[in-house]
Amino acid sequence: MVQNVKRKLMKHKLMMISIMIISFLTVLALFAPFLAPNDPNLIDIVQKLQGPSSQFPLGTDHLGRCILSRLIYGTRTSLGIAFLVMGLMMIISIPLGIYAGFIGGKVDYLFMRMCDILMAFPSFLLSLALVGILGPSLGNLILAMVLVQWVFYARVIRGMVLSVKEQNFVLAAKICGTPRSIIIIKHILPAIISQVVVLIFMDIGGVILAISGLSFLGLGIQPPDAEWGMMINDSKPFFRETPSLMLYPGMMIFIVVIAFNLFGEALRDALDLKKE
Amino acid sequence: MSWFIFKRLTSLIPILLGISLITFILLHLIPGDPAVAYLRASHIPPTDETVAALRVELGLNKPLYVQYFEWLGKVLQLDLGMSYVSNNSVWEEIVVHFFPTVQLTFASLIFIVVISLPLGMISAIYKGKFVDQFSRILAFVSVSMPTFWLGFLLIYFLSVKLDLFPVLGRGTLAHLVLPSLTLAFAYIGTYMRLLRASMLGNLNEPFVVYARARGLRQRLIVIRHVLKKSLLPVITGLGMSFGNMLSGAVIVETIFAWPGMGQLFVTSILNQDYPMIQGCVLFMGVIFVVCNLLVDLTYSFLDPRIRWEGEK
Repeated sequence: MVQNVKRKLMKHKLMMISIMIISFLTVLALFAPFLAPNDPNLIDIVQKLQGPSSQFPLGTDHLGRCILSRLIYGTRTSLGIAFLVMGLMMIISIPLGIYAGFIGGKVDYLFMRMCDILMAFPSFLLSLALVGILGPSLGNLILAMVLVQWVFYARVIRGMVLSVKEQNFVLAAKICGTPRSIIIIKHILPAIISQVVVLIFMDIGGVILAISGLSFLGLGIQPPDAEWGMMINDSKPFFRETPSLMLYPGMMIFIVVIAFNLFGEALRDALDLKKE
Repeated sequence: MSWFIFKRLTSLIPILLGISLITFILLHLIPGDPAVAYLRASHIPPTDETVAALRVELGLNKPLYVQYFEWLGKVLQLDLGMSYVSNNSVWEEIVVHFFPTVQLTFASLIFIVVISLPLGMISAIYKGKFVDQFSRILAFVSVSMPTFWLGFLLIYFLSVKLDLFPVLGRGTLAHLVLPSLTLAFAYIGTYMRLLRASMLGNLNEPFVVYARARGLRQRLIVIRHVLKKSLLPVITGLGMSFGNMLSGAVIVETIFAWPGMGQLFVTSILNQDYPMIQGCVLFMGVIFVVCNLLVDLTYSFLDPRIRWEGEK
């Protein structure tokens, strides 16, 4: 009993910590121009690879840019793009998942075959190939991630709809002659929305990792915009002498991702969705 | 069993066709004319005549479906075209680069099994105790860690500072340690937790109660009965991860200059070497599907219930 309570409390604590980290990063992202001590893209070769000073609290990179400012602006890029990608995927997969699950028929059949084929590829690899072929740019990075990964979400949402569809309240609505569109909006959507939110927060960390991975390979965000994965890539020739170039951005990615993962799990437990 | 294998094999055909179709379409997403892209990549100025001549040579003037079937015919004979950059056969380059990646992936698999299975087992037995809490935290760290960052940390602390392992490249067994550990790390947490959950689910099953009633020692029950059954989902998962790891090796190989498929793939993307990109995607897709097939077959071999259901 005591064990159980302790566990719950610890989870609670973890949730509070993760909420604090996420809010802090959101503030960083929103108010980056006011919080950054220097212009993140200002190149000053004379000041390159310097240690911490009052002007540059975390030192400068190989082009003399302020690392702290780039980290702060990087929050904006990483969080912004991750949520944009996730949002776009949801815009595609929620309607499609509901359509395939609730109405079924030929659309469902076609949809499932498409899943089989798209899921036959390792998804990171296919995104990589798409960016490679379309050409490295931010727009193509977003396009490549959305095009490849929406099927996973659509399939999960389809499954959620299938399990809700047979429950009594939906059957009752059907018997009353409620139109399908109303059933979907009034009954199906509210029944699955909490699971979808949990899904988003459990996976957003993975999206952030994939984006920074692609940027690390030089295929995502293009210079001069600051992004953590790209900063690590930039540090490659210098990190043996100045490891801080690589330490800070990696630390940022790690903290963001772990905060979202903790938050996602805490949210799932709080909504008690463990069975799904 | 043979019926099951036959059924599983025939279900592969549409998926393989789908893979080939997607790979074929990929090449037609190139912005602009593939013939111009080819000429640029081989440093020939694209004039009207050279482009027209090349379009005929590459068959780009034919209708799309004819192009697809001609391409598919060639692929079946393992002719994936020539690299724009090195002018070598794409198939031969892939074969050369495939083995180092397989080696890396197998080494990672060993790390995963050796680290995550004992930890998972112990945290299931001592649920809620220190070991369990520790493995929970380790699991969070492992799935949240950016691979490329971990790679650099290992290089910096173990190679540069302590000089324990060689930094880059492939050669001795010591070269294999850091890249495979980096690749394995993301999966360690997942499998640790998976085995723990699976064992917890089985610890109170009737066969355990029966074994206990027979007076068997706890250690024997756990190892002989619970572990054996709980390993099933882990084996399936590992097989599927194997295919994923072959492609996850992209980042690891880039960091450690490991001469495998991943590096070949990234280099061909950066060089816009389209036939090579296409060849790599097709090859990885097929390997991934074959891995999943082998997993299915192993699973049905280990768990006869699946076979029977398939025959019904």
